[in-house]
Amino acid sequence: MTKTWRWVRAHGLQIYAVIAFGYIFAPIAYIIVFSFNIPARSNLTWRGFTLANWKNPCGAPEVCTAVGNSLKIGITATLIATILGTMIAFALARYRFRGRTTTNLLIFLPMATPEVVLAASLLTLFLNMRVPLGYVTIVIAHVMFCISFVVVAVKARIAGLDPRLEQAAGDLYANEFQTFRRVTLPLVAPGIAGAALLAFSLSFDDFIITNFVSGNVNTFPKFVYVSAGRGVPAQAYVVGAFMFLLAMLIVMAVEGFRWRRESRLGS
Amino acid sequence: MAIGTIAHTPGAPPDEPPPLRATGKQRRMLLLLLVPGLAWLAVFFLVPIFTLLGTSTQTPAPTGEIGAFVQTFDFGNYARVIGEYQEQFARSFIYAGLATLFTLLIAYPLAYMIAFKAGRWRNLLLVLVVAPFFTSFVLRTLAWGQILADNGYIVRSMKFLHVIPQDATVTASAFAVVAGITYNFLPFMTLPLYASLERIDPRLIEAGGDLYGSAFTVLRKVTFPLSMPGVVAGTLLTFIPAAGDYVNASLLGNPRTQMIGNVVESRFFRVVDYPTAAALSFVLMAAILVLVFFYVRRAGTEELV
Repeated sequence: MTKTWRWVRAHGLQIYAVIAFGYIFAPIAYIIVFSFNIPARSNLTWRGFTLANWKNPCGAPEVCTAVGNSLKIGITATLIATILGTMIAFALARYRFRGRTTTNLLIFLPMATPEVVLAASLLTLFLNMRVPLGYVTIVIAHVMFCISFVVVAVKARIAGLDPRLEQAAGDLYANEFQTFRRVTLPLVAPGIAGAALLAFSLSFDDFIITNFVSGNVNTFPKFVYVSAGRGVPAQAYVVGAFMFLLAMLIVMAVEGFRWRRESRLGS
Repeated sequence: MAIGTIAHTPGAPPDEPPPLRATGKQRRMLLLLLVPGLAWLAVFFLVPIFTLLGTSTQTPAPTGEIGAFVQTFDFGNYARVIGEYQEQFARSFIYAGLATLFTLLIAYPLAYMIAFKAGRWRNLLLVLVVAPFFTSFVLRTLAWGQILADNGYIVRSMKFLHVIPQDATVTASAFAVVAGITYNFLPFMTLPLYASLERIDPRLIEAGGDLYGSAFTVLRKVTFPLSMPGVVAGTLLTFIPAAGDYVNASLLGNPRTQMIGNVVESRFFRVVDYPTAAALSFVLMAAILVLVFFYVRRAGTEELV
């Protein structure tokens, strides 16, 4: 008894972490399990195991249309936000200029404003200007809230670069542009890729702002929210589970690759 | 991923003076880099704040046409919405405050464990912390509602064990809303806490023990004060979006758990009352700004972005 108690005391934090991760994963596990549920009007009670939803995720056609829209919007918004955000990040990391503080503030404020305020204010702009709500307005909104996150992520990567690498390129007679293309950009690329992934997941998952500025275009989160009352089809759970598993696979692959490289360097 | 990038920047000071001062040709380059992105933010973030302000002082057009409003600079709108919706305002801040407190209590030991005890599993565990972000936010919230349903395993076994009273309802309750917000914003708390705990020199904590501080005293006098930047950043990152959230309140709650976001949504889309919705949004933003300002001043940290 005392031995067990001592072990529990020594590993208290680890035990706590296991419980905490159980809590974190509970809804995810629920989504994965219920993606295998026999489909019916709603997906609230367990009726039995089937692969039907996974084999035919477009069995509920609205789900597929909504996912298609979300992908289209996500890719467009990510592309624009990543380019614009990376440019700002380089400017902030490499130049000293008047208006730096204002620029930083303009980057920071959208992240510090509640989504519903961003959503309401954009909607009043579009209503006042009589801009029809739809794809364009959704992309505009998504780019707006993604830029800041891209700037922060890419800036961190640039700040972490060893300046000697670029100096070395200069010493080896590379001109400014060559140095940028052959040295700086490849070194910053992982940061840009990470920022793009972040922007995509923010865009794909956004509900509040999208709901305000989308008119009658349906995105995946909006579809789930709207159909919550009358029953979310099991196919939506398939989309949720698939997104999760795909993202985990990518992250694990990257992590595994790094782990192997590190242990090789270590030995 | 992005978290990795942020967490692994080796000791980069947040805003050191950059090496170059723009001159001549560089000035043009600088403008080229800055203008497109900043213009986007100016037109679609700053300008809308002013149109929001403009809309908030309008009144319905005398023609009585639905959705038509005229500018009358009626600041009485503000007094009206604050009076009419003070309950929802109070609820937004109470729910968000409670959820922030709970996320802090849940996240702190977790972040501590990852920072000091995880060894080479650290990165993996950080990924697991953000794992919920890899599924849909709305779907997660729905799933949470199902897990907490009155006829679900959790609530039934808690009743069986007499942890909660037999006649308690969790479905569509304020408890479910706060639980949902707590769950959904947990990563926003854990990551900054981890980032600031990880920067603490473990020798300082050891020194506290060597000087006969009990585990609790060391936590209170050494670790916690040193992790303050993370606590401030985490509570802000949780509180601000939580106060404006209405997804949890509408999917997990009932009409008596409505937050201010629910009202803004229904005023825009169900009632077509733009001035009220705009005034409510503006009050929410102003209230949060004021709260944040005093909070940051009291917490006294300069390490915010």
